[in-house]
Amino acid sequence: MKTVITATGNELSSLFDKRFGRAGWFCVLDSETGKTQFHKNENKDAQGGAGTKTVEYMVELGVTKVISGDFGPKAKDLLDKFNIQMVIIQDDELSIDDIIRKIK
Amino acid sequence: MPRRRRLRRVVTPPGFKGYKPYGSNRESAGYIELLYEEYESLKLADYDLMNHLEASKLMGVSRATFARIYESARRKIAKALVESKEIRSVYGNALMDKNWYVCDECFVRFTIPPRHRHRHCPMCRSERIELVNQL
Repeated sequence: MKTVITATGNELSSLFDKRFGRAGWFCVLDSETGKTQFHKNENKDAQGGAGTKTVEYMVELGVTKVISGDFGPKAKDLLDKFNIQMVIIQDDELSIDDIIRKIK
Repeated sequence: MPRRRRLRRVVTPPGFKGYKPYGSNRESAGYIELLYEEYESLKLADYDLMNHLEASKLMGVSRATFARIYESARRKIAKALVESKEIRSVYGNALMDKNWYVCDECFVRFTIPPRHRHRHCPMCRSERIELVNQL
């Protein structure tokens, strides 16, 4: 099962990003191997439709759970359609490492 | 008989149960009730900076109705600020967009897609979860 956590940077010590479509990086965590991979968000500065494009990217990666701070209305609808679980964390002082330790 | 009130679609309910003034010299000035749809209209128009037409479509009401909800929201908040009243969020005539759950242990909010089998919090695995819609 793959989980995506939105991140501000590409390291485990980076802070969690509260934005979904315009997050800096995506940390993909494979719950079977425990390995993490960072992917840069190409849609970060897109004019529009960042959320939609990001959802498409999530589907491509085969993600089943997304952890972020907020989801736009379009992203929500699409993630729902693709059966991807959305998790909203309000605390933006957590690092990626903190979150991974929590969900293990 | 008045026409029935359409339910207003709300994407995410407010993340608070209320706001209380502090440092006020009067003991209790009472409270105002801010409905979910009023909170949503304020969020869409002034936080997400949508125009009223877009916002009204999102909430599933006409533009004119949206404007009325929005006006009522602004007036209530102004009243609360001026008269130092408490603001309480009340369900109102809302239809929740999705089934959102909240974990009673770590306060994380999440959805449970239909294909998911486990019904526990995705963060702390607590089974003490609650539907936000019933808050």
